Order: sequence, then C-alpha cells, then structure tokens
Amino acid sequence: MTETEQPPPLAAHAVGVPTRRLDGPAKVSGTAPYAWEHRLPEPVYVHAVQAGIARGRIVRVDTAAAEAVDGVLTVLSHRTAPRLADTSDHELAILQGPEVGFRGQIVGAVLAETPEAARYAASLVRFAYEEEPHHTELRDDSPDTYTPAKVNPSFPSDTEQGDPEAALKEAACTIDATYRTPMQFNNPMEPHTTVAIWEEGDPEDPSASPLLTLYDSTQGSHTVRTTLAPVLGLGAERVRVISPHVGGGFGSKGMPHAHDVLACLAAKVLRGRPAKLALTRQQLFSLAGHRTPTVQRVRLGAEPGGQLTAISHEVLEHTSRVKEFAEQSAVATRMMYASPNRRTSHRLAALDVPVPSWMRAPGETPGMYAAEVAMDELAEALGLDPIELRKRNDPTQEPETGKPWSSRHLVECLTTGARRFGWDQRTAPGARREGEWLVGLGVASSTYPGYAMPGSEVEIVHRGSSRYTVRIGAADLGTGTWTVLSQIAADGLGVAAEDVRMEIGDTAYPMATVAGGSSGVSSWGSSLLNAVRAFRDQYGDEPEAGARVRAGYPENPARERYAVHSFGAHFAEARVNAVTGEVRVPRMLGVFSAGRIINPLLARSQFIGGMTMGLSMALHEEGVFDHTTGHVVNQDLADYHVPVCADIGDIEAAWLDEEDFVSNPMGSRGIGEIGIVGSPSAVVNAVYNATGIRVRELPLTPDKLLGE
Amino acid sequence: MKPFAYERAGSVRAAVTAAVDDPGAVFLGGGTNLVDHLRLGITHPGRLIDVSRLPLEDVEELPDGGLRIGATLRNSDLAAHPLVRTRFPVLSRALLAGASGQLRNAATTAGNLLQRTRCRYFQDPTTPCNKRDPGSGCSALTGYTRQHAVFGASEECIAVHPSDMAVAAAALDAVVVTTGPEGERRIPVTELLRLPGDEPQRDNTLLHGELITALEVPPLPAGARSGYRKVRDRASFAFALVSVAAVVETEGGTVRWARIALGGVAHKPWRATRAEDALAGAPATEESFRRAAEAELAAAEPLSGNAFKVPMARRTLTAVLSDLTAEEPQ
Amino acid sequence: MDAHVTLRVDGEERSLTVDTRTSLLDALRDRLGVTSPKKGCDHGQCGSCTVLLDGRRVVSCLALTVSHDGAEVTTAAGLPGPDGRLHPLQQAFWDHDAFQCGYCTPGQICSAAGMLEEADAGRPSHATADLDPAARTPLTDDEIRERMSGNICRCGAYVNIVAAIREVGDVSEVTER
Repeated sequence: MTETEQPPPLAAHAVGVPTRRLDGPAKVSGTAPYAWEHRLPEPVYVHAVQAGIARGRIVRVDTAAAEAVDGVLTVLSHRTAPRLADTSDHELAILQGPEVGFRGQIVGAVLAETPEAARYAASLVRFAYEEEPHHTELRDDSPDTYTPAKVNPSFPSDTEQGDPEAALKEAACTIDATYRTPMQFNNPMEPHTTVAIWEEGDPEDPSASPLLTLYDSTQGSHTVRTTLAPVLGLGAERVRVISPHVGGGFGSKGMPHAHDVLACLAAKVLRGRPAKLALTRQQLFSLAGHRTPTVQRVRLGAEPGGQLTAISHEVLEHTSRVKEFAEQSAVATRMMYASPNRRTSHRLAALDVPVPSWMRAPGETPGMYAAEVAMDELAEALGLDPIELRKRNDPTQEPETGKPWSSRHLVECLTTGARRFGWDQRTAPGARREGEWLVGLGVASSTYPGYAMPGSEVEIVHRGSSRYTVRIGAADLGTGTWTVLSQIAADGLGVAAEDVRMEIGDTAYPMATVAGGSSGVSSWGSSLLNAVRAFRDQYGDEPEAGARVRAGYPENPARERYAVHSFGAHFAEARVNAVTGEVRVPRMLGVFSAGRIINPLLARSQFIGGMTMGLSMALHEEGVFDHTTGHVVNQDLADYHVPVCADIGDIEAAWLDEEDFVSNPMGSRGIGEIGIVGSPSAVVNAVYNATGIRVRELPLTPDKLLGE
Repeated sequence: MKPFAYERAGSVRAAVTAAVDDPGAVFLGGGTNLVDHLRLGITHPGRLIDVSRLPLEDVEELPDGGLRIGATLRNSDLAAHPLVRTRFPVLSRALLAGASGQLRNAATTAGNLLQRTRCRYFQDPTTPCNKRDPGSGCSALTGYTRQHAVFGASEECIAVHPSDMAVAAAALDAVVVTTGPEGERRIPVTELLRLPGDEPQRDNTLLHGELITALEVPPLPAGARSGYRKVRDRASFAFALVSVAAVVETEGGTVRWARIALGGVAHKPWRATRAEDALAGAPATEESFRRAAEAELAAAEPLSGNAFKVPMARRTLTAVLSDLTAEEPQ
Repeated sequence: MDAHVTLRVDGEERSLTVDTRTSLLDALRDRLGVTSPKKGCDHGQCGSCTVLLDGRRVVSCLALTVSHDGAEVTTAAGLPGPDGRLHPLQQAFWDHDAFQCGYCTPGQICSAAGMLEEADAGRPSHATADLDPAARTPLTDDEIRERMSGNICRCGAYVNIVAAIREVGDVSEVTER
C-alpha cells in the first residue's frame, strides 16, 4: 500500500464534541454486565488455592476434608488437573507439576455448587511442601543481577552516547542521587474474573474440537484468545472471549493471567457447566501482576547556565524467576532532554516473587519520577527556576535517533501551566507557612510515546438509511472506547454519531489489538477509517443496505520518519502538616500536548484519572513485602492505600489545541497513561518546596516528613 | 467460612443464656468486624447469636449529667446525637474519624469497642499469629511493624487496638455495663480492653457469653474541654498511626486536670497517666504540654519499623493540648 | 445451614433460602440476579457494594442476609423512576463523567443518596467544624469529599464525582423517589 492509500486526515464534526458516554445510563444503574454478571444457567463456583511457601515442591496433597464439604464437586491440584498443551509460559502453566515459584501461586482449586462451599473447602485443602530457601528482597547490592535481553516491550536494555563518565567529572554542577519506588499494584475495582464454558465437540463428529467460551475481564479479548488457545491445545477459532465492559485494568488485564487458565481447566472438567472464578482482592496481590520495585541512580551534569552535559540513569528492578518482565524505567530518559553524553541501563534481579507486569505507563512512571525529581534537584543546585532548566534543555530533535518530532510542545505546556497555576507564587523551600501547614509548589514534565499497533480490523455494515454498524473486538475499560470510536466512525462515514451502532468487546468481531500503551484509539481508529475508505471505494456514497466491508490497519510510513511522543507539564501544590507530617495536595494542574482531543469530556477524565493515580503513587501506594514469609503483607484495600475522595482536591487538566496527522488520521495520540507520568514527581517536588525535605523513597507517608 | 447456625436473640437474657450454653457461640452485632473475620477464615464460630435488633439503641441522660449509651446503637447515630456532640465532643469526633459512612451506619457501640486488631498477620490465616493461634509465634516481631505497638507489647504480641471510639471512651473514664453468666457488672473501658501479656488471644476481660448492654459516660464539669485528633496515611478511611483523645480543664492559666488516651500505640487505648500527672497543676503553656508529652513518650518501647510513632505521638499530643487550651472554655 | 428470608429489593418482594453464610451482596448478585451492587473487595474497604438498607447506606458485603430478613434494599438499579428516568444523582454522574470503568459507580451513587440524606438531617462528619447541633453545616466540597470517602474509585473520577454530587446537593428525600 502506498502513502496515497492512507485514510485522509479526518475532518472533525462529532470528533471534538464532549459527548457523554454511550454506556453511561447502564453504568450509573449498574446494569452493564461485567464478566461475572452474564446470566448463565447452573454455574459452578471456583475458588483458587494458593501456595503457602515462596519456593519449593509440593510433596503431598490432602483434599479429603475439602471433598467432604457439602456441595463440593471436585478439587483440582497438579495431580488431578487436566494437562495443558503448552507449558512454556510458566506464569500460565499452573497445576502441571509440584514446583512452587512464589508464595500465592495457584496450586489448587475447589469447584462447588455455591461460592460459600467453594471458599470454605479451599481453606481445607492441605499441602505438604519440601521448602527451599527463597529470595524476595531487591537490594542495592543484590547479587546475581543480570542485563535482560530487552526491556518492555522491545527496547534495548542499555544505551550510551558520548562519554557520560568523563562529562560528569568535568561538569560544573552535578547531581548524583538514588531514588526508590516500592512494589505497586494496579488494583482495578473489578477483581480479575473469568467465567469459562467448555463444550465438547459433537460426539457424532470426531473431527469437531471443543468450543471454549470465556466471559473475561480483559483489556484485549483477542489477546486472551491468541494467548490461551495454544496453552489449551485449541485452535484460536474454537475460543470465543466476550468482554463488553471491564471494571478497570491499568495494565493488569492486558494479558491473561493464571486465573484465566484455572477457569479453563475447571470448565474442561465440568464439561459444559459454566465455571465462575473471581479472584479475591487479596489474591490480586500475587496473581494479577504488579509494578516492580525500583532502585534508580540518576546522575546529571550541567554547565552553570543549566545546559545538560551528561545524563546517566541506571535502574535496578526485580523480576520473577517464574517469568521475566523488565520494566523500561530509563527509556524516557533517552529522549526527554538534550545532552551530548548519556547512559541508560536496566538490571534485573530474578527473585521468588509473583510475576511483575504492566501497570499504567510501565517504564515512564517510575523512571520519570526519578528523572524529574533529579531535574528539580539540579535546578535547586544551579539556582535556576525548574521550568527554565527544562526550557534550556528542550531538544530540537529526538536525542538518540536524530528524528524530527511529530510534535513537541513541552515548553508551551510548561509556560501555559505556569501561568494558569500561579507558578510565580512559589517561594523558597520551607518559606511559606499557613498555620500548621507548610505550603509549596512543584513542577515536573511528563511524556509518553504515541504508540499505534498494526493488526486491528474493523467491519462496517450499512444497515440502511445511512445507519451503520461498526464492529471491532476492542475493549472499553473505562477508557471511553464505545463512545470515542462511534465519534470517529460518524465523522469518517459522514453521519451523526447516533447513526452508528458500535459492537465491541468480543472475539466474534474483528481482531483488535490490546488496550495498552495508550495505543487503543490510535490503532483501532486508524483501522476504522481505513475500513471507511475501503467501504466508500467499494460502495460509494449511496450504499445498499447490507453493504459490508472489512479492513485492517493502514500502513503509516511517516511514523517511521518521526519521533511521535506526547508531552505534559504537571503542577502541584503540597501542604505538609508541620506537626504530624501529613501531606495534602489541594491543587494539581496538568497541561498536555497529546494531539487532537477526540472527546474533551472523556479525555479530561482520563488525564485527571492518571494524575490522581500519580498522586496516589507519590503519597500512598506501597506493597510491603515480608521477606521471611515471602509475601505482600498489606494485601487489601484497607492497608494498600489508594486515595479516597478526601485525598483529592482540585485537579484540573488542560491541553494544547493541536493535530498530529503523523500519528494517525484522527490527528490524535493516546491519553490513557501520560496523566500519571509527571504527577508523582510534581507532588514530590512540591513537598520539597514546602518543607525543604527531599524524600527520595516513595511513598511520602507522614513518618518521612515528621520533625524531631 | 465454616458453616454456622444462626439465631436471633429475643432478649438480653436469652442471648446470654444461649451463648453461655454453647462454647462455639458468638454474638453478632453490626457484623462489620465479625463477618470480615469469618470471611478471612480467622474465626470459626459454630453459632451466631444475633443481638443487633435488641432494644439497646437509646442514649439516656443520667441524673448526674452523664450518658448511658445503648450497646446496639449505630456509630453514626451516636456521633450525631445532640447530647454527645455538645457534652462529649471527643466521642463524636473519634467516631467520625473512624471507618466510613457506610460502616458507621452498621457498626454498633459495643462492636466498636470489641473490634479486633488490624495486624496484618492476625488477619492472614496463612501466617503464624499468637493471637489467632496461640503458641504459633508472632510474625510481626520479625516482619512488618509499622502499625504496631510502642507501649505495653509483649514477646507474644505487638498488635494495636484499632478503635477510635475506644480511645475517646478511655479518656472519658467510660464504663461498660454487661450482662453475663454471673449477672450484671460494670467494667471501665480501660479494664475491659487489656494488654496482650502471655494471653494475646484475649482482647478483653469479658467472660464467654457476657454481653455488653450499654456504655456509660460520666459527666464532665462545665469547664472541661475535650478533643480528638487522628494522624493517618490517608485523609480519611484509614486506621490511626497515632491518635490522641484528651479532656482537660484549666483555670486561670493553670491545668486543673487532664485525662489523655493515645490510640494506635498499644493493644488497648493507652491512658497517658504520666502525662496526666505532669499536667495536673502545671501552667497551661506549650512548654508544659511538651514536657508532659515527653514524660509519657519516654516510656515508649518502639520497634525499628514504628519508631516514628514516638515523635508523632509527642507532637500530636502537644498540639491537641495547645488547641484545647487555646481559649477559655465557653 | 440454610435459612429462609424475604427481602424487598428495588421495590419487589423476593423470598429465598440462603446459606447462613451468604452475604447480602452475594444473595443479591448470585441468588437474585441483582448485579448492580458490585464486589470490589468483599471486606468493607472499597464501598462498591453499597446499597440502601432500610434507607441507610451500608456495605452489603459485610451484611449477612439472614440477619436482614424483612429488610428493604435499594440498589442503583432501583433508583430510576418508574418511567425509567434516571435519578438526579445518576443523571449528574453521567453528565459530569463521574466514572470511567463504572464498576464503583452504583455504590458511589447509593452512597451519595444516603449521604445527602444524612447531611440533610444535620448529621456531622469529620469535616464539620462546628459540632453544635443548632449550627447548619453547608455541604461544602470538603464535606462531600469526607462523606464520600468510603467509596474508592481507582479510575480517579473523584473530581467529577464531587462535581456531580455538588450539583444535586440540595435534593432531599432522594431515597423516596
């Protein structure tokens, strides 16, 4: 396909309008069905049994007491569970052998007629183990660290330009600081849920293979299908995944996890009855992924005027011995600021811990926290305004590749935000006090790549009278997919949004790439407009009822020639109680450059939601690992704190008016993740400005800010 | 959750009789703590005796100006009661600082006092815990101690009591009225709840089958002022790192007396008697308050993970006393 | 062990036999097919399962069904009027985009309905400066935030939730619609 066969830049009519969510009435009534809530006859309830040790082997299984419980149908363990066809993914290959790779791993399950019976019986399953010493602690001097072959999703682990060591030695001003972030957990409000129905093929027709239907809580129904089908030994076409509404994910539902496999194994045993499995909130902490803890050493060298001469960002993280995940924490440092000398590196310690995975803006979030606090420290050391420091290091092209930016308006975000936020009110650190409260302002930059993934397809059907059905298996996990795709479709087809019926969240519809990397709308919308183009090519402007077309993602060679990233400026006001060390954030502002905003109402929510999660990371979130027991101790929402309503003041998001047609024909870039990226560092920098105390270890709980 | 029998008690006497006769029976009030624990699998009663609808929901004014508060009155109703708000603001404030609106609508007076520790290990049946499983060991001692006690802990248990209301009740010298196998008795809140010692499985001094029917709060002199301050990791809906309940009466710039209880620092509300002694007759100045707080906190025995509670409690107590004495009582 | 109970759910009388262990939340979701209240944590820590129980907001995960025989339960699915029109709080949540994934939303809305009644009745909160029963406490944003703190929203829609509730703030008797 040549570039001229691209969908043309979209003329906006429905796009840009603050349309309310199409799924709104169902959501506010609670009638939109999530995975657990599809009505199915004769369900069987599945409760997972988890390993009680962090490393070793199961040597004995005693299921007698569990099996004796009234209503229990069967108990699964590695001795009794059906075999999987492909066990190469050790996170997914549960109940296939006696090995235990982390505490909390699924080692059994109870299938029962009622949820009460399943859960009670699960508590009665007894395992005897041959325990081996486990290692779960990520230490600065962790032995046996290694360099991963790549970091998520496919970046090189290490990069180097120039001679950063020499430049650091020669620099007029240097910062050398180590920042730590703890284990963090996505904790979507809907716990991970899978309902599986395994229907054996027609006994009269030996060639008909089983049909598996999953009602799953996922960010990608097709991803679940393509991942699980080979694990289960089924053709992908024999697996259907249905997921019209998803109760949040933030990356943790971006791929199937072990519980998906457990539901399938249970369903296989049940031969037709639905197997319903919802993880408990506590179980999420070992089974649904998490963000790795990080230890990040950042060194900056600068001239007296603030020009960076060296940037070094060295990251240490953990991964699970069961399956590697390497968070790309230093990757944003490769493109954020100009400097002739630069080094980034990632090292992993493989530990006996649950499997880390995606959590909102993996890489950018922890990495930009460290880098943007280091920039604040450098500004302080230089006696420069932190905004000015960032302006002086704004690169004209992408530093490592030399590619031109499709759009880089960071400085405009900073200056716009400074004006709106009242940045000129900022005082010297510790200088502003109101009663018991020390008050400070902080700023930080954010960035996120403008990803788009090939692979999605869209089907357009003309229902007659210029009304259309648009089908794609895309997910809406609160991201607004239902609404936003209908707006794009309306403008592409030249009809009103009401005349478009969206059908999403089902593998019965065409393939959609995962709702991850803020790539959803860019990927799906591009395919949608390509389908519109193909539809008009085939049927013209007056199609018959029933006219239908299916098309995929358009090639976009321009993307290769440009660096496509979004940017933002975050501002925060922090108030720190001088008596107790408690922190409040009454105001935050984010100003973003993210291409064309397709739905301002929903986009604002996405930005603010990300900023809220960033504030949460700054002040609250910390998975506490007990290295004796080998598990996350605070595994619920009473002790793993995320903000409640009282923690959130006035958070506002604004954006620059722009279009980026290098990114995609909508002119947009993704917005689901950038809101979190600069938010923690803005808060941390504001706390420093309020108190003069520089905390380099998140979260900023009161004990860290308490005076003598 | 192990299967259990359920019955609704028709009267206090019937509830007590039923419970006394069955060692596996427990009382069900608002359920916010018990149902939580049943689901976690950390308690396994054979029978629930539902006392939540017993007619123990009144707030009665006593002839001396004190209050008799029904055991099944919901926390939100107690916090909103006009007599509590005007005479014992420390009690309203403590209640309103606890839990959430939904939980306060369900939780009862007695249930709040009897709620069990939030120690992570106690709540997790896969870990050793002497309180849950006597003799199994204390996981917290070598583990996560940030929330744990700095006063009155033992080798067996370092858990803290989670209630806010109980801290206020302790500072108010409140007394619970119970009906038990041996009839009615009155127990000061400070003696109802206990330190762990070598019996950490016992949170309180009630006998099996003994039912709290009321909480009595003695009157305060007109000049006394009371307040509650809670320090926590979130702005709301979080347990106390440290809390302070204080009642103080001053006269002409001098503290006549003060009663102080600290929350989040011990297995029971911690009456700060050293601070109270230091304050009696002392000038009502920040310097006195700080010294009194220091006198109390000097006796603290923090662990590595919770040493911050010592300065936090000292500073918070000083600030509370300063606030309460900042102006003459109205 | 089983027990027979009768509930009035969203205006409709429902009789069922439940295990004594069955929470009100599970009875609604799994037994009666009323899936509007959501299970977020099952321990009273998130508020997603909030319903109005005999007119007061509670978390249904910590209520045993057997203990509430004869109770009146209102979920977010029962808040719209007989003509299907959204309750003012539901309309305001939609208009202000006060949710994203929507999973906490029915609980938020039931909680807001109960909360507005509480505030209207002059009940104080942790944010109330003056406990004097005669003092009339305005429903400031800080009051809304404190009173709604039993409902966690992980998508981070609090800013819009407060705006939606602020708009409806003067509606009283919301549960009687």
